[in-house]
Amino acid sequence: MKPTVDHVLAIADDALITAQRLGEWYAAAPEMEEDVALANIALDQLGAARLLLTYAGELEGAGRDEDALAFLRDDREFRNCLLVELPDADFAVTIVKLLFLSAWQLPLYAALAEGDDERLAAIGAKARKESAYHLDHSSQWTIRLGDGTEESHRRVQAAVDELWPYAHELFAADPAAPVDPAGLRDAWLSTVEGVLAEATLRRPADGWGPAGGRTGVHTEHLSYLLAEMQVLHRAHPGATW
Amino acid sequence: MYGNDFPGPDQGPTAGLLGEVEAAEAALRDAARRDLQAGRGAAPDPAGADEATLHDYFTSVIAADQKIEPRDWMPDSYRKTLIRQIAQHAHSEIIGMQPEGNWISRAPSLKRKAILLAKVQDEAGHGLYLYAAAETLGISRDELVEMLIEGRQKYSSIFNYPTLSWADVGAIGWLVDGAAIVNQVPLCRCSYGPYARAMIRVCKEESFHQRQGFEILHVLAHGTPAQKAMAQDSVDRWWYPSLAMFGPPDTDSAHTAQSMAWKIKRFSNDELRQRFVDMCVQQADVLGLTLPDPDLRWNDDRQAHDYTQPDYAELMRVIKGEGPCNRDRIAHRRRAHADGAWVRDAAAAYAAKQAERQEERKVAA
Repeated sequence: MKPTVDHVLAIADDALITAQRLGEWYAAAPEMEEDVALANIALDQLGAARLLLTYAGELEGAGRDEDALAFLRDDREFRNCLLVELPDADFAVTIVKLLFLSAWQLPLYAALAEGDDERLAAIGAKARKESAYHLDHSSQWTIRLGDGTEESHRRVQAAVDELWPYAHELFAADPAAPVDPAGLRDAWLSTVEGVLAEATLRRPADGWGPAGGRTGVHTEHLSYLLAEMQVLHRAHPGATW
Repeated sequence: MYGNDFPGPDQGPTAGLLGEVEAAEAALRDAARRDLQAGRGAAPDPAGADEATLHDYFTSVIAADQKIEPRDWMPDSYRKTLIRQIAQHAHSEIIGMQPEGNWISRAPSLKRKAILLAKVQDEAGHGLYLYAAAETLGISRDELVEMLIEGRQKYSSIFNYPTLSWADVGAIGWLVDGAAIVNQVPLCRCSYGPYARAMIRVCKEESFHQRQGFEILHVLAHGTPAQKAMAQDSVDRWWYPSLAMFGPPDTDSAHTAQSMAWKIKRFSNDELRQRFVDMCVQQADVLGLTLPDPDLRWNDDRQAHDYTQPDYAELMRVIKGEGPCNRDRIAHRRRAHADGAWVRDAAAAYAAKQAERQEERKVAA
């Protein structure tokens, strides 16, 4: 059974919006090494997004390529989870977002790599290696910040507390999907709880779980992000670049 | 590779220059081999020998086109000149991320966004590589970054101009990186080993960037009328600032003579500028864009193009800090440095704790 367009768009948009947010860090990271690392991760996410968007366009069969899907959809048509569109108030927020996302993407891509759909299997096989690196990078930084200074501990705990509710959306059941996200929660929890413990951070209680991203009902942040991302492409309809 | 289809790797706009990089790399390997065979046994002991003997040896290494290495004795002024030049070069890579990074979020296609991200990442890598080369001369990266932020060291004047359209990303690749390569290819043969080796790697990647910039402009110049106008406007704004990147005319260049004697520099500012102009004229023709100089024409006697010099008074103003973006660029760098302080502190504190824990484990065992 072929995956649905919406499902492929969901994981494509997660990667695309993550790349867009990480791209905002250019020349502004705390260390030059981190400038390199964040650009590197942004590139990986963008690379996965391009493959997935292309596939979504083919499944849809309406002639939309990666650029039509990235630049000519409005926020109500985007399927990314809310977590990835939140603004990066500081480095701790960026790192915790990436930790939560990559701890989800890694088992997802790994399962897709073993799945029946050939295209998703090929994309998953490529992306899982990159996700493993993203997870390692964000885990190491979470631990450094959590077990660093008082100030860094305070900031990264605040980021964990603020972002934890948004992680629930990642596990909304989708029985029609090649890999039902609901089944990824145990693996995710065990990874993230391990990292938080080593980082001397408190795992927040489960409770409020904002959602809506998968059906195109986003936070107020996404529309600004898209306005910036799409402005040039939309200003020159039909042009090639 | 990012699926570029113009032009092929062997006919790229910098193909000739890349050939020189290859030759420099081969020469570097030969010099290293010669070094080993000859044992360079005659090197005087820096602790025992008098300065004249050390200086003679230093001069003979340079005369033989061999490389000065970090362990070698070198005159203080040679060391200082290199620190200044390599640091300025490293700072330029780091500040140079800003004008192009300005368009990452708005790149008009996903392919272009990927190429631009990769390029800005390369620049951060070049900066790191060059700071490491400077550190072999006995100064720390932290000191150098401090000097940049306090305005005590310079970076390339070109990055004080704003990127106002997407085409500027193309023009920076084509003209700015093109000028940088023409400037840097001779540095692949410079007398200081770590700098020469860094330049070989940097030049290869820069030449790739230059080709990408050329391709951006080529697509725009052959696109819609609005795209073509955007490309032309961009070349109009970046042409003279790019020419000014080669520095003041030879008659006013303070460091040239000494740097040439030390084989840090191999050609004068004006020689390199001429070479750049000659290269660009042909390429502008392929692009179908006009260089904004009515007096630009081939001179049969000189076998080179005559051209209008850039406004050197403007160059001096920009170098002094009065260009359009000087304040923004430094403010951005300062802000990134200040905002990141708590992260660097955390990393240092964590590393210290880890070292302490390891020590405790050793004691316990």
